[in-house]
Amino acid sequence: MARMKFLCDAERCIECNGCVTACKNEHEVPWGVNRRRVVTLDDGVPGEKSISVACMHCTDAPCAAVCPVDCFYTTDDGVVLHDKDLCIGCGYCFYACPFGAPQFPQQEAFGVRGKMDKCTFCAGGPEEDSSAAEEEKYGRNRVAEGKLPLCAEMCSTKALLAGDGDMVADIYRERITKRGGRPETWGWGTAYKGDA
Amino acid sequence: MRVKEIKGKRRKRLYIALAAITAGLLVAMALPLTGYVLHSVGLVQVAQAQEADDEDEAVNQRAEYWRAVRGGVEGYSAVSGQETGVLIQNGGQKWRETRDGPLSFFGASLIIAVLVAIAAKHLVRGRDTLDERTGRMMARWPAFERALHWYVAILFIILAITGLSLMFGRAMLIPLMGKEGFAAWAQLAKPVHDYLALPFAAGLILTLLIYARKMLLQSHDFAWLRSMGGLIGDRHPPSGFFNAGEKIFFWLLFFCGIAIMVSGFYLLFPNLGWERDAMQLSHIVHSASGVFLIAVSLGHIYLGSFGVEGALEGMVTGSVDEGFAKEHHVLWYEEVKGIAAVEDNTPAPDATTATPT
Repeated sequence: MARMKFLCDAERCIECNGCVTACKNEHEVPWGVNRRRVVTLDDGVPGEKSISVACMHCTDAPCAAVCPVDCFYTTDDGVVLHDKDLCIGCGYCFYACPFGAPQFPQQEAFGVRGKMDKCTFCAGGPEEDSSAAEEEKYGRNRVAEGKLPLCAEMCSTKALLAGDGDMVADIYRERITKRGGRPETWGWGTAYKGDA
Repeated sequence: MRVKEIKGKRRKRLYIALAAITAGLLVAMALPLTGYVLHSVGLVQVAQAQEADDEDEAVNQRAEYWRAVRGGVEGYSAVSGQETGVLIQNGGQKWRETRDGPLSFFGASLIIAVLVAIAAKHLVRGRDTLDERTGRMMARWPAFERALHWYVAILFIILAITGLSLMFGRAMLIPLMGKEGFAAWAQLAKPVHDYLALPFAAGLILTLLIYARKMLLQSHDFAWLRSMGGLIGDRHPPSGFFNAGEKIFFWLLFFCGIAIMVSGFYLLFPNLGWERDAMQLSHIVHSASGVFLIAVSLGHIYLGSFGVEGALEGMVTGSVDEGFAKEHHVLWYEEVKGIAAVEDNTPAPDATTATPT
């Protein structure tokens, strides 16, 4: 069974925001709600890195753990989705998420936020697949049509990869070996410092 | 020529020369060792160390970079919104583990423990009945204070029920009501909790201001505490208008109440742009203080209703029986009767007829 994952290759991302635009357009995401965003580190400095981030569809999802009404569920593909009909807009999922994925359409006094919205891996929601209700609430369901998320499809440099985790890892590994040059072995500098 | 055949001074000079050469060889071998000794003790750094650092740079320049990102360093994002420049925040996982772990466990345990203690006391010792009921009443709670008490009490109970629903509802109410049923309840509970918060805060602040002076602990309060209000030892320790137990409840309301109101302010107005770590901390403080106050309030509610005969009628009608006053607040009783006796210029009617307690 496929386990869906995202991977953004920080060496390839050029901060074109094509993924952001594609997602926003395809799902008609309202003002103020940002399902996907590109973060640039050391902006303007040579060697700046950009990464596209949205919901990572975690295995032990913190959002699902803290929800007071237990509105989250994980599909067989590992995609984390939620039911807007149950959501009370408390914001706990946003406090818990490491990546800041949950978004809210309103920001008013007395904790009024509206229903939580987030990246669905283009897999819709609990409503019937490809129905009008599903499209209105959660955006297009591409996965039900056998397609992959639009952000990754639209990525201009193929920095953003989405799909079965094993296949994504294989592609990324091939890139690493082909790139050569600067080593990317994490921790070796600390662990093996002083080795000849 | 053998050494043995060299005689006298020449022999002596030979020995000196040999000793000198041997000593010189030994020193020549030993001298470099001082460098080794000093280096191993750490007094001498060699260029070696720096080279290793440069090596480290060459091995993985990105390690430190990504470590900083993992630590929550902020970048730039064309998408504007709350904290959109932050790739990863760590507070969320700590908050989740605290909320789902110690906060839930100890919170639930505290409430259950208090309920068990109350039940045990009531079943074992029974109700605290009045020693005598004279039928004569004394004014204790003016109308305004009664209204304020019930206003704060009712709002507190509603806030407690809605708050506990949000905290424990998933574990306790979903099995009873189903997901849709509980979600419908929670969709009502959350706005009720949020909108009643300010009216409650106003009532609580007024309460705290009105009674603070009378709630300062005095010397007789410590004797009352030692006998736990008569639960152990002396059955009727003297107390004033408020006994030490009531005073302690007040101060818990005071400090925990302030914590709830301040943290609640953050939670109630996320539109003012608080960052996630402020919300996480506010939530923990708010929930912990709330659960704690709920636990102590259960004790207050028990004592004010079933637990002590004659207490509830005071807060409902405004007056208490003189027997209740003499038994539970004798210093207040004497103060009131003393003044009354002076004003009337006649001895208090029960001075000659009252039965000694």
